[in-house]
Amino acid sequence: MECSRNGAQWAVVEGSRAVARAVALCRPGVISAYPITPQTHIVEDLAQMVADGELEAEFLRVDSEFSAASVVYGAAAAGVRSYTASSSQGLLLMTEVLYNMAGTRLPVVIGAANRTLSAPISIQPDQQDTISLRDSGIIQLYVENPQEAHDTHIQAFRLAEDPQVLLPVMVCMDGWLVTHTFEPVCLLTQDQVDAFLPPYRPVHCLDPASPLTYGSFADDDKLMEFRYMVAKAQEEALRKIEETAETFRQAFGRYHGGLIDSYWVEDARIIILAMGSVVGTIREGIDLLREEGKQVGLIKVRSYRPFPAQRIRNLVRQAEVLAVLDNNISLGAYGALCCDVAHSLINDPFRPAILPCIVGLGGREITVNSVRNIVQRAELVARERPSVVEPWWVDLRPELI
Amino acid sequence: MSAVRSREQRERELFAPGHRACPGCGTAIAVRLILKATGPHVIVVTPTGCLETFASRYLESPWEVPWIHPLFENAAAVASGIEAALRVKGSTTKVVVIGGDGATYDIGMGGLSGMFERGQDILYICYDNEAYMNTGIQRSAATPFLASTTTSPSGKRSWGEDRPKKDMPAIAVAHGVPYVATASLAYPPDLMNKVKKALSIRGPKYLQIDCPCPIGWGFPEDMTIEVARLGVLTGLVPIFEMEDGVLTRVRKIRDRKPVEAYLEPQARFRHLFRKEGGREQIARIQAIADANARRFGLDA
Repeated sequence: MECSRNGAQWAVVEGSRAVARAVALCRPGVISAYPITPQTHIVEDLAQMVADGELEAEFLRVDSEFSAASVVYGAAAAGVRSYTASSSQGLLLMTEVLYNMAGTRLPVVIGAANRTLSAPISIQPDQQDTISLRDSGIIQLYVENPQEAHDTHIQAFRLAEDPQVLLPVMVCMDGWLVTHTFEPVCLLTQDQVDAFLPPYRPVHCLDPASPLTYGSFADDDKLMEFRYMVAKAQEEALRKIEETAETFRQAFGRYHGGLIDSYWVEDARIIILAMGSVVGTIREGIDLLREEGKQVGLIKVRSYRPFPAQRIRNLVRQAEVLAVLDNNISLGAYGALCCDVAHSLINDPFRPAILPCIVGLGGREITVNSVRNIVQRAELVARERPSVVEPWWVDLRPELI
Repeated sequence: MSAVRSREQRERELFAPGHRACPGCGTAIAVRLILKATGPHVIVVTPTGCLETFASRYLESPWEVPWIHPLFENAAAVASGIEAALRVKGSTTKVVVIGGDGATYDIGMGGLSGMFERGQDILYICYDNEAYMNTGIQRSAATPFLASTTTSPSGKRSWGEDRPKKDMPAIAVAHGVPYVATASLAYPPDLMNKVKKALSIRGPKYLQIDCPCPIGWGFPEDMTIEVARLGVLTGLVPIFEMEDGVLTRVRKIRDRKPVEAYLEPQARFRHLFRKEGGREQIARIQAIADANARRFGLDA
């Protein structure tokens, strides 16, 4: 990976530090947060930077995640670049504000340290928290490692503030696995980020010089059009996410995928789809399986909202089976990613079979061996082509049930 | 700080006509007076409630100042973010919240406590109509003792609301809020002067305005101001200012009226006059007025 342009330097840092550094480089005017594990190191680092005068920002220490989200909502409405981060229950407590933020078209960036939801209480990672926000109108980008978390935060501000998008962007990173892992990260410099991300110039904001009314009451003759416009902005973001990732590649030489990233898919009979840090393990598994002559590939879904249905469809049509790994579950149905992938393919007569896999809930480790088992199960599906495949709970411990 | 003059009151309307408030709405009168006092260099935040509903129908807006309605329970936190953003921008624009008693006393209490405790330079105004009027007159923590509402109705075994009104001004004072005051629609210059004075003080400010509601309280729509006045003159709505925790000004009452004068015109207290044993219940309300008179030194 490249890290030599214009003074960018490798540093071995914790994922949270890489994120905090990226946020600071984006020069936010207002930051607000409420502590929740494993988001804490991100906001502690930002607080320290403010305390040391390295970052000129208002850091509001609030009474709840609900207030944290509300503070950045207000700051963004007043036309200032704003950031918050949370996790798990905290994200759920923010939920009402996040829907409202998207509906009000406020370009806040939110760091989400993925952690499972109660009950039972646990501080281990899965993506149940952020998936539960998928319908809110916010953009969700899932990252693989600290480097991508650093780079994606910088892309996120540019994307959110694009006048044709104007939506909150959530950068989703697995708690601990990304936030607390020390890795070499190429940290961008202030000059580099300034060149990539211009100062925020809101299309409009709360200003007595031009008094506007925000948050109006919309009756049945108008509300549907508001929703439609958010849907169209999400659609526009499909293009902008790719464009932003490409501009970033040209500027800094790094690319983590646009809407998706793929690995060995061209001739793959079996394709694994996944989001988040598990992608690294899957790559490693694929390397081993490829050595054994198995035609296995990977699609990393980087943008979950907007959902890149067409990109996925175009890549998977030659495959026999898609093993869709969900690090979440819509209880009573399937994993969320599986539903979206299935929907993307439903009208395609050449669609591959789908093996829905529920993986890694509450931090259950997903190993290379888990990947091997998933591929084995996918081969079975390829042979037998059953018309219904129930979700498979990978590495479940039946002896405990 | 300059006192509000009558000419100024006649001048520019920042809360324009054409909203959808009910006839005789106390809140609409309050907002009009508030904005006359703030002038145009202000951003107003309004939580969900009557005011938001009647004053923000999309494509129509009576707000001649920048105005935002976020959610029910987060106006104080949203105002905090706006205030922080204005500091970043180096702006001198003031931030004012105008929220109902449900948003203030109940659902928004946590966020409001945070705003107070952080010492943010925001004027929080509660338009207190003493129940959830927007949703159909349900009881809030601001509903007065023995008022009948749709969720605290009087009945065979009930005299209506069974708890006294929560003491929000005292809660604000306990946070170290440097300026805490109450006002009444019956005394517009006093109300406007308090808004002006509050805006001249740095830090969090809390102003509570008693806003009679013809529909929710059950009185004729041309009696709003009179009902407001009776609330003050009976001692049930004490009008005062507290600066840095010290009571500095009180509206004195000459010949304080018995509480019946206030209760009788209102349907929400009608059961007290119709049911057997009502006299004893009214005496309990009189005791609240008497306690107010002692606590605030209301009697002239």
